[in-house]
Amino acid sequence: MTAAPQEMLLKIEGLHKCFGEQAVLAGASLAVPRGSLVAILGRSGAGKSVFLKCLADVIEPDAGEIWFDGRLLARGDAGVRQHFRSRCSFLFQSNALFDSLTALENVALPLEQTMDLPAGEVRERSLEALKQLELEAFWDRYPGQMSGGMQKRLALARAIVTRPELVLFDEPTAGLDPVRRNAVFTMIAKYQRQFGFTALIVTHDVPEALVAADLVALLDTGRMVFQGSPGEFIASEEAMVIQFRDSEKELSKMLASIRRGETIHTEDT
Amino acid sequence: MVRAVGRYTLEIVQSLGDVAMFVGRSFRMAAGSRKLGRRVVRAMFEQGARCLPVILIVGLFTGLVLGLQGYYVLNRFGSESLLGTLVSLSIVRELGPVLAALMLVGQAGSALAAELGLQRNTEQIAALETMGVSSHAYLVAPRLIAALMVFPMQTALFCCVGLWGGSLSGSLLLGLEPGIYWSAVERAVESADVRECLTKAVTFGFLTMTLCAYHGFNAHRSRAGTGARAVSASTTRAVVQSSIIVLAADYVITSFLI
Amino acid sequence: MKQKQLEYLVGGFVLLGLAAVLYLTVKLGAGSLLGSDSYRVEVRFSSASGLNVGGSVHVAGVPVGRVEAIRVDPKDYSAIVTVSVLAGLKLPTDSMASIKTTGLIGDKYILLSPGADETYLAAGDRITLTESSVDLEGLIGKMAFGSLEKDETKEPAPVP
Repeated sequence: MTAAPQEMLLKIEGLHKCFGEQAVLAGASLAVPRGSLVAILGRSGAGKSVFLKCLADVIEPDAGEIWFDGRLLARGDAGVRQHFRSRCSFLFQSNALFDSLTALENVALPLEQTMDLPAGEVRERSLEALKQLELEAFWDRYPGQMSGGMQKRLALARAIVTRPELVLFDEPTAGLDPVRRNAVFTMIAKYQRQFGFTALIVTHDVPEALVAADLVALLDTGRMVFQGSPGEFIASEEAMVIQFRDSEKELSKMLASIRRGETIHTEDT
Repeated sequence: MVRAVGRYTLEIVQSLGDVAMFVGRSFRMAAGSRKLGRRVVRAMFEQGARCLPVILIVGLFTGLVLGLQGYYVLNRFGSESLLGTLVSLSIVRELGPVLAALMLVGQAGSALAAELGLQRNTEQIAALETMGVSSHAYLVAPRLIAALMVFPMQTALFCCVGLWGGSLSGSLLLGLEPGIYWSAVERAVESADVRECLTKAVTFGFLTMTLCAYHGFNAHRSRAGTGARAVSASTTRAVVQSSIIVLAADYVITSFLI
Repeated sequence: MKQKQLEYLVGGFVLLGLAAVLYLTVKLGAGSLLGSDSYRVEVRFSSASGLNVGGSVHVAGVPVGRVEAIRVDPKDYSAIVTVSVLAGLKLPTDSMASIKTTGLIGDKYILLSPGADETYLAAGDRITLTESSVDLEGLIGKMAFGSLEKDETKEPAPVP
C-alpha cells in the first residue's frame, strides 16, 4: 500500500460459507482500496472462487458482512444490492458469454437491460468497448466462433461497457498458456488504469500477480492468511506464504536449470 | 413408511410452492423488463412458427384416422352423417388441445428446458444476475407470455387441420358427401366447446412451459449432479412432468366444464 | 436483419393462428352470434328425452334455429324447451313441434311443422301441439325380440 489512509471501496468482514459439512470460507476478511488492483492468491480449492462469488451475489454467504462504498450490503435490501450490481461487474472463469447472441449483442446486453439509453448510444458504446479490446471486426460473430483469448476479451468488454467501479475477475488466466497469461494480466492492468476501476483478481499465477497487483492477499483454508503489497509478500515470513512462494521458486529454479542444459534430478534418476 | 409418506408429501408441497414462487417472480420482474417485446417475439417464433409443421402434420393425421375409424363404426349403424359430429367433437374438445400441447412440449418445451439448463450450467444465468438483470424476467417471462398466446393459436390450427383431415378421409376415401360432413360439424360444435378448447389450450400452455422453464432453470439443483447429466435429467423431468400434467389437467378441466 | 426475418415469420404465424381461432369461434361456435337476430319461443313436450341444449331446430328439413334451454314445468312435470328461431321466419300459432332423430342413434332435433293460422307466434309464446321423442329403448327392446310384427302380437309396445 502506498498512501496509508486510503479510502476503502470494498470491505469484507468474516465471510463464512459451508457446503454441506465442508467449510469453504471460515471468516475471510479483506479491505480493497478504491482504484487499486488486488490479487487474491491461493491454492486450488482454497475457496477463492467461492469468496468472489459471495461478493458478486452468485452465492449466498452463511455469515459475514460486505460493505461497498460505505454501505452495508444487507441480505434483504434489494435496493442496495441492485445499486451494487449496477456498479460492479463480474468476469466468470468460464466467461459465461451468451452463446445465442453475437459479440455486439453480448456487450450491448447489460446496457440495454439496466440503463435507460437510446438505442443509438447503446450501439455506439458497445462498439467502442469492442474496439478497445480489438474485437470490432468480429462484432457479428457468435462466441462459439471465437478463440479462447477472444472470448476472454469479449467477456472483459462486456464487463467494462457499463463503466463499473469494481470489476471482479475469477481466474482470468485459467487454461491459458504463459504468454497469454502475461498478456491478460497486462491487459487488465492497462484497462484498470485507463478506466480507473477497482479490480479484484482471483488467480494462482504468483509471478504475474506480483507484477500487476497493488495489493496481494493469500487465501488458505477459508481465511486470509496474508494481506499486503507485493514487496511485503516477497519478504514475508508467514509459513503459508513461504510455502506458496517457494513452490514457484522451485519451478523457476528448475526452468533455469533446463535453460542451462542441465538434466533435472528427479527421484527416479 | 408413514414417515416416508409424510416426507414425500412435504416435498411435493414444497416444490409446488417453489414453482408458484418461480412464476410469480417471473411475472413480477417482467413488469420492469426492457425490450421484453423482442424476446416475446423470439419465444413466439420458437413455440409458434418453428413448431407449426409438427402441429399441422399431427393434426392432419389425427383427423384422417378419426375420419376413417369413425366412418367404419358409424357405417354399421347407417349413421355416416354423424361423422362430422364425431370428428369435430373429439378434436375440438379433447384431441386438439391435448395433442397440440403434447407436440409443443416435445418440441418447444424440451428445447426450452435444455437451453435454460445449459445456460445455468455455463453460468450464463449467474452472469445475468451479476449484471443486475433479472434472469426470470429476461429468460423465463417471455416464454410464459408467448405460451399464453401461442398455445391457443396452435390448438386452433390443429383443430382446423384435423377437421379438414376428417372430411378428407370421409369424403375422398370413403365417399361421404362433404356437405353432410361439414353441416354436421357446424351443427355439433357449440361456442361452449370452442371455449373449452381454448381454455384448455391456455391452461396447458401455461402449465407446461412453466414446468419446462422451471426444470431447466433449476438444472443445478438436480440430484443427477452437474454438467451434461444434470441438463439431460432436468430436460427429461420437464418433458415427463409436462406430459403428465397435460393429461391430468385435461381431466380436471373437462370434469369442471361439463 | 435476422430480427426482421424473425418478425415476418412470427407475424405470419400469428395471422394464421388468429384466422384459425376466428374460424373456430365465429364459424363453428356461431350459436351465440345467431342470438342477435332470432326470437325465442317455448315448446312443451311430455318428454324431451335425448334432446340437448344446442340441438338444431328444423322447418321442412332446413335448420332455422337451436335449442337454448330445457327445463321441467313444476306444475305438470312436462318439459319446457326454449328454442330460438331465425327472426325472419314467422311461424303460425298452430304450428306443431316434434322431436326427431337423425339416423338410428343420431342427434335429436326439433322439427317444426307450420300450421295454417293467420296469426303468428311472437317471442315468448308457447307451442303446445307437440310430439315427443321416439322411445328408443322400447324400439331396441322390440329389435331384441325379433321382428316388430311378431313382438306386437305378443305384447303391445308401450305407447310413448
